[in-house]
Amino acid sequence: MQENGRSILQTDKATIRFGGLVAVNELTLNITKGEIYGLIGPNGAGKTTIFNLLTGVYEPTSGDIRINGTRINGMRPFQISRLGVSRTFQNIRLFPSMTVLENVITACHRHANQNMLDAVFRLPRYFADEAEHRKFAMELLEIFDLAKYKDEGGTSLPYGNQRRLEIVRALATRPNLLLLDEPAAGMNPIEQQDLTGLIKQIRDRFGLTIVLVEHNMRVVMGVCDRLQVIDYGKSIALGLPQDIKNDPKVIEAYLGD
Amino acid sequence: MSWVKSLLTGIVVIALLYILNAMMSRGGFFGAGIDDYTARLLVFIAINVILATSLNLINGFTGQFSIGHAGFMAVGAYSSAFFTVNYGKAIEGSFGFLGDTLASSVVLIIAIIIGAIVAAIAGLIVGIPSLRLKGDYLAIVTLGFAEIIRIVILNIDAVGGATGYQVPGYANFLWIGIFAAITVVVVHNIVKSDSGRALVSIREDELAAEAMGVNTTRYKVSAFVISSAFAGVAGVLFAHYNKFLSTNDFQFIKSFEVIIMIVLGGMGSMTGAIVGAIVVTLLPELLRQLPAVQVGSSTFQFSDLRLVIFALILILTMILRPQGIFGTAEIGNIYRRYRSKLGKTGGLE
Repeated sequence: MQENGRSILQTDKATIRFGGLVAVNELTLNITKGEIYGLIGPNGAGKTTIFNLLTGVYEPTSGDIRINGTRINGMRPFQISRLGVSRTFQNIRLFPSMTVLENVITACHRHANQNMLDAVFRLPRYFADEAEHRKFAMELLEIFDLAKYKDEGGTSLPYGNQRRLEIVRALATRPNLLLLDEPAAGMNPIEQQDLTGLIKQIRDRFGLTIVLVEHNMRVVMGVCDRLQVIDYGKSIALGLPQDIKNDPKVIEAYLGD
Repeated sequence: MSWVKSLLTGIVVIALLYILNAMMSRGGFFGAGIDDYTARLLVFIAINVILATSLNLINGFTGQFSIGHAGFMAVGAYSSAFFTVNYGKAIEGSFGFLGDTLASSVVLIIAIIIGAIVAAIAGLIVGIPSLRLKGDYLAIVTLGFAEIIRIVILNIDAVGGATGYQVPGYANFLWIGIFAAITVVVVHNIVKSDSGRALVSIREDELAAEAMGVNTTRYKVSAFVISSAFAGVAGVLFAHYNKFLSTNDFQFIKSFEVIIMIVLGGMGSMTGAIVGAIVVTLLPELLRQLPAVQVGSSTFQFSDLRLVIFALILILTMILRPQGIFGTAEIGNIYRRYRSKLGKTGGLE
């Protein structure tokens, strides 16, 4: 295990039960600052449930989850977001009636420097704050080549761009830890190739730690520093991508006996 | 500068309201007058604009379905009326040096502040437990609370109980119009801000809103409290214009009327709420103009069928235009889109 200073996310035997089903079973993670960490596993292995535990959608039945040393068990999702954790969703969850730009500005909420009174009386602080968020959001959209769609409806974009927009929105909260839930789902091979480059670029540019859940082996192998394989809620292997690829237990989990 | 423009707009609006108000008074405005019937309609349009715009904040923008607006209106109406009945004359007297008009305005402003605060507190008490619920459940709970409020008031003898409550007539069209304008501006400014985006994000996708750092509970309760405060203001103005309060004015059907206004106009549109308020206020009056219909041996008056017609309108809206007249669009957006279309076809520019 790495020493605490470099670790951004740790779970200690995190477990969640839904009735009789143990969806995540004594999962221990230790994710280092700056790495790209992949969680893989067959369908229904509990990968998205792990994300929901990490972001406070569910509370673990037992075990601990710590982000930068802060125990987050029982915290609400918005509180965890304020610790610098941001995420995307497996089934894209953009704000449907908002434009591309509004989707991103909304996520600047965490860093808003205006309250309702500033807004009601349109005080200088309101204008300064709005201008700053708009500028920041536009810069992010530029980086992702989405600036030209700023006034279009977020959900009217093509699928691949919606996924990118969701990443932009997540970045607008200025996270240290970014959780990507199946970012390559529904993308064609060219888009997948772009995505691989993009994920690395995001990590370097924003100094992030990235955890991704992904099915697509090509993306995972191309981008992850370390991989952890989950099956039936349990961790069955952890290591470098090339080692994982040849691990007999992993092959068995994917292909059956 | 934008604030110069806002200031000028404000002055123009107040001047217009002042002229209309003068036209309603006995002497008229340079001979031009408005009859009492029209005056009353204009007043009720303005009060309904306050109700619809404020309910839109919670139902339209935050996406929480509350149908208890009349309850908070009643809280504002009765709490402020209790104040003016008992202390109004004394305060008016002590501000007598300002002249009659200003002194009564001072009393009205104090009454409005009291009504807004008491209704906001009621909103907080109702909102904290009930906003844990969603959709139909929230609707039923708010409806229940509104009825509880009404029945509690009905049983307080200090405010007249079942016999009704005589209230001094401090409100006139000028003040009612000004507060309608203030409501519209305040709600608009909230919606077009960081807080407003937080509210709309709750409507759009609560889970994603939380994940982006929005304290959804806090924002839902804030929206509910602000909305209740303005319902209270509408209640204060209604009480001091109507000069008589009866709990019958705040039955379920009043809440429902406000719902119809925003559903018809378009939930989540400022313009929609205003247009809805105007249409729903005027419609029963238009029905009154229609001649009676003879069916067999009985005669029907269209105005008696008001509720049937409201229900029909609501059903037709849901079938033909579920997003309401304006959807979530505003008159400004539509105008800009029209302008840019002209530009593209080589019309302007």
